Amino acid sequence: MKKEINDFTKSLIDNRPSEQINIMEVCGTHTMAISRNGLRQILPDQINLISGPGCPVCVTSSKDIDWMIEIIMNYPVTLFTFGDMIRVPGSASSLQFEKASGKDIRICYSPLDALDFAKNNPERDVIFIAIGFETTIPLTSVIVKRAYEENINNFYIFNIHKLVPPALELLLLDKEIKIDGFLCPGHVSAIIGSLPYEFIAAKYRIPCVISGFEPADIMESLDMLVRQYNSKKPAVEIQYKRVVTSSGNPTAVSMIDEIFEPCDSYWRGIGNLPGSGLKLREEYEGLDAMKKFPVGPIISKEPPGCQCGSILKGIIKPFECKLFAKACRPENPIGPCMVSSEGSCAAYYKYERSR
Amino acid sequence: MQKVKKDFTDSIIQLSHGDGGLKTAHLINDLLLDYIGNDILGKLEDSAVLKLDENKSLAFTTDSFVVNPIFFPGGDIGKLSVCGTVNDLATSGCKPLAMSLAFILEEGFPISDFKKILSSIKKTLDEADLRIITGDTKVVEKGSVDRIFINTAGIGIVDNNYTISPDKIKTGDKIIINGPVADHGLAILSQRKEFDFKTDIISDCAPLNGLISDMTAVSGEIHALRDATRGGLATVLFEIARNSGLDIDLFQESVPLRKQARGICEFLGMDPLYIANEGKMVAFVGRDDADKVLEIMRSSKYGKESAIIGEVLKEGKGIVVLKTDIGTERLLDLHYSEQLPRIC
Amino acid sequence: MCLAIPAKIISIKKNSAVIESLGVEKEVDITLLPDAKNGDYVIVHAGFAIQAIDKEEALVTQGYWKEWLDEEGNQ
Repeated sequence: MKKEINDFTKSLIDNRPSEQINIMEVCGTHTMAISRNGLRQILPDQINLISGPGCPVCVTSSKDIDWMIEIIMNYPVTLFTFGDMIRVPGSASSLQFEKASGKDIRICYSPLDALDFAKNNPERDVIFIAIGFETTIPLTSVIVKRAYEENINNFYIFNIHKLVPPALELLLLDKEIKIDGFLCPGHVSAIIGSLPYEFIAAKYRIPCVISGFEPADIMESLDMLVRQYNSKKPAVEIQYKRVVTSSGNPTAVSMIDEIFEPCDSYWRGIGNLPGSGLKLREEYEGLDAMKKFPVGPIISKEPPGCQCGSILKGIIKPFECKLFAKACRPENPIGPCMVSSEGSCAAYYKYERSR
Repeated sequence: MQKVKKDFTDSIIQLSHGDGGLKTAHLINDLLLDYIGNDILGKLEDSAVLKLDENKSLAFTTDSFVVNPIFFPGGDIGKLSVCGTVNDLATSGCKPLAMSLAFILEEGFPISDFKKILSSIKKTLDEADLRIITGDTKVVEKGSVDRIFINTAGIGIVDNNYTISPDKIKTGDKIIINGPVADHGLAILSQRKEFDFKTDIISDCAPLNGLISDMTAVSGEIHALRDATRGGLATVLFEIARNSGLDIDLFQESVPLRKQARGICEFLGMDPLYIANEGKMVAFVGRDDADKVLEIMRSSKYGKESAIIGEVLKEGKGIVVLKTDIGTERLLDLHYSEQLPRIC
Repeated sequence: MCLAIPAKIISIKKNSAVIESLGVEKEVDITLLPDAKNGDYVIVHAGFAIQAIDKEEALVTQGYWKEWLDEEGNQ
């Protein structure tokens, strides 16, 4: 792998554009991979990597966090969540704090764990926090359908799923950011394929490369992006060919479509984005935790001084946030970008500080 | 390098306070030491060393064991309690003398399980050539502890002519570990119902006093030893660097790691450098003796896969730099939390 | 959240498959890959197989997934 990386590094240096270009790594897992492998150290200065909003925990609004906390505080439910969600601060508390205070909050590796628990414990109401982009949405779809068909009546989802392509379009329209190319998410694309990104190249004339996650994958993808940029022939290319095809996984896509329909969604940092969220279709509304466990009006506030919003749009880098590594650290995070295992601030704090 | 004290503002104990990372350090440094700190305790070494006379000092350690599950691949809470204590003592370079052992037992705990644990303790004591000379047993109502908790203390005699302590680490020292990391933490994890992996990984839980005495017999330049338990290898290196003010380079490619361990870490998005071990000693050895110490370790029962994994640089910011296998580098910091409660 | 790793299917039972990756075995749900067969390589995310791995392409970039593919005995 070292040889491949060296080849791509050399090619990037040889073909580097004369001006600085901004490449946005959309996916939080890419942000982590880039930082963990120190890839910025071997890129020519002309290539500026900026992180995007592809971290589902990071783009979850304070209000949604407060909402789930309200539910757990007011109803005797068992809550299942993926690991990082547990530490994200809401306006006044966090799931981890509530867990330490005795609420039944459990970490699961797979949504199947939540459904299994519900099946085996019919006397408990079980809520699964359904968070994630298109990589994870089919999984929620499968368990919702299964719960419905097998009459597992004590199972609900707190649905905060979001879709990636609408967010990319919004970023392209935002005058504050100049994006010259997208490093597109590998596993989201394994599901949706490459076609949903065509509008970026066709309408906005911005290069796109769908990348894998190994350091060599990323270096190759950056090389492909620079070549597209230099040739002024933007397209949607797939570097991650071993997993991504133009049509993705049609079974997964129709599964999503069977269970959910698009709706508006509020993204931290971006605001309300039409058509970027999903809601359960009428048939499955009975599994909606937000409907089944109503709570009073939620007054949320973003933490003062928190600049996660600007970080998520790539306007500033983590170390440009006044709170970074001072008031906001992994052991007491102010905003989700520092908490999430895919958050830019967490990546920078953990991996980008060097000699 | 002075550590800046922070106010302790948490209002309740959370699981992260026990994971060996940042929160544990915060609890100890910013709360406990406030109340009961002193010059010896403040060193926070695996074993405290108390001078007895010109020639000898007493090494003294204590530990509690709350591992869940109590029986795991490669060991059980009994074996762990002896190994953990012996290994803490061994970091001072002492000859372990004796241990204490106290049980807190839950009402309803099966005697058959207790017998298995006692048998395991005896077997490990024999291997470590050690005795339990004092103890205690308490029984509490069902639900007050989880089956069985064990507390131990250990004492040993240190020869003042050959002291081993992080104070003695020097620029140029090589850093050696006696085998692959992360096995213990992952073996425990593989038993936790929610993770559900089938793997051959077993805990590396082992008494290392034999290995250490082989090392000290062949070289007078063993400067420091640290037991890489909770928080893993990275935490040990971080603490040593920070407390000594010396910079450390760690070579990622050199750190031994079983293929399956890498597999599970990839599955779960975990970093093996931060996962607990129970049979891994990190040795800081004078540069000129490193190769011969490595050789003796590789001929020892618990050191067959020993490797030189890093070196100590000159005084700097007291940081650990990881050199990646693709030729880049990054800073190693204390982990916030690996979400692995009750790993030891 | 995009964490997914390559694995090989070693047995199938209805909606479930046992996969193996780097010597570790785990049961995963294959509802999203109805055409999956024993011996196929797949990407696994949060307990589900989400996409098949194109072995031809994987071999082209085998240096990238060196450890997984070497272990399967590929050249």
